[in-house]
Amino acid sequence: MRTRTAKPRTTRWKTLVGLVLTALMLFPVYWMVNVSFTRDTDLRRTPPYWFPVHGTVEGYRAVLRQQLPYLGTSLFIGLGTVALTLVLAAPAGYSLAKLRPRGGSVLSFLLLIAQMIPGVVMAMGFYATYLKLGVLNTAGGLIVADSTIAVPFAVLVYTAFMSGIPNDLLQAATVDGAGRVRTFWSVVLPVSRNATITVALFTFLWAWSDFIFASTLDQGGARAPITLGIYHYIGNNNQQWNAIMATAVVAAIPATVLLVVAQRYIAAGITAGAVKD
Amino acid sequence: MLFYAYPLYRNLDLSLRDYTVRSFVQGGAPFSGLANYRKVTSDPTFLPALGHTVLFTVASIAVQFGFGMALAVFFHRHFRLSTILRALFLVPWLLPLIVSASTWSWMLNSESGVVNSVLHGLGIAGVHWLTSPGWSLASVTLANIWIGIPFNLVILHSGLQAIPADINEAAALDGATGWQTFRFITFPLLRPVSAITLLLGLIYTLKVFDIIWVMTRGGPSDSSTTFATWSYRLGFGNLLPAFGPGAAVGNLLILVALVLGLLYIRVQHRQDAA
Repeated sequence: MRTRTAKPRTTRWKTLVGLVLTALMLFPVYWMVNVSFTRDTDLRRTPPYWFPVHGTVEGYRAVLRQQLPYLGTSLFIGLGTVALTLVLAAPAGYSLAKLRPRGGSVLSFLLLIAQMIPGVVMAMGFYATYLKLGVLNTAGGLIVADSTIAVPFAVLVYTAFMSGIPNDLLQAATVDGAGRVRTFWSVVLPVSRNATITVALFTFLWAWSDFIFASTLDQGGARAPITLGIYHYIGNNNQQWNAIMATAVVAAIPATVLLVVAQRYIAAGITAGAVKD
Repeated sequence: MLFYAYPLYRNLDLSLRDYTVRSFVQGGAPFSGLANYRKVTSDPTFLPALGHTVLFTVASIAVQFGFGMALAVFFHRHFRLSTILRALFLVPWLLPLIVSASTWSWMLNSESGVVNSVLHGLGIAGVHWLTSPGWSLASVTLANIWIGIPFNLVILHSGLQAIPADINEAAALDGATGWQTFRFITFPLLRPVSAITLLLGLIYTLKVFDIIWVMTRGGPSDSSTTFATWSYRLGFGNLLPAFGPGAAVGNLLILVALVLGLLYIRVQHRQDAA
């Protein structure tokens, strides 16, 4: 880390400003939590309570009563999407980085473009296809759709990362008698652990947060993900904002946990790449 | 080696291509030629939607980038708690969009929202943030800015870290003030990173759908309708879906994204060359 510490006086001042800025930035998050603990009767109070003084977990009880299946579905879809994305993207990234197939640069460009396609357009394409195939309102259908958000990004991350693997390492494996598949499986993949973690993390978050595919491809499904749960909640029941916010808090938990747990992996991935350059 | 990986990557390639082609087919080629496009461009919603898309995108990006840059500079030098605070700044970006959107909906609620009650406290009359045509676009833009600031901060911050400290020190030795150093040294050096941040922001912002849809559904009376929400409404919002025109609007968005994508590649190439 190339960080130097300035004079103590300046840093204390900066810490203070930083705290204020962060507090401002995170106020909506705080407010979400605050409202989630607010009693029904206090929801429309002016001025509102700034702290959950009459805190209640009624909102969370409602979540447990009504939203649990949604959470399960989201978890399942998130993990499924991660699995599918890794299976597709790791070999593709490997081939782009090390095998340099003809048209590789064109493919990289296509992957970039693929990330720019608006979800609405993809949703319409999927809707038409799924209608024909009869896989609307299924978790599998959503997993495939969600993975299209992540695969292009994942391939690009893998390609960038695997380009950094020394060719000597791969040749050594070949000399030792490992085949292509073997080299990929026992050398390239373990070395690319950080890329895998980064990809898995983002993929899970995207799948978990997806709303557009859920709302179009899973309209009437009993097994809807949590984003749709919140959305229907707002539509059906726009009085109980404490329960809606409680659901939102619960839906935000994976993102928060993953941020805390995985921040250092992302940082490690970035520095690993920087050192190799 | 090729035999193993080629089919896989071919497969992936095909699958990616397929979606695009499929949506283009939806765009109407076999059924009605360009009729959907004509229908869409002559629709009374077209010009307002175009205007809103441009306003939403430009305002979002300008403010996000401005704040992102200021914060990146602020967090550049290490100070106590700086790492933790910077990580906390990521939270808005990581939250599911629907979570942020519903939180903002409630905060901006006309009668019971916290924003209006703060305004009341300050002696300013509240505003119907989400339900008046004059404010709805501004409200969704505000929420989108909030979500986008962390992204700008992260990329610009890593760009700043890549600038050798000696350069700034040399400038300081030569008597440059902090602002001069930033204006004449840091900012020009950051140009490639800035360009990429802006382009990625542009591509992302054009696609924004969830936030607007959850907060206002593009309303009231289309006052916050962008191409993305319009396309969705045409395709899925009515009992009788108009996939053709919906897809046509979507494809117009793709076209814009494609142009921006080419621009992105050019910028990257220039950066590689430099």
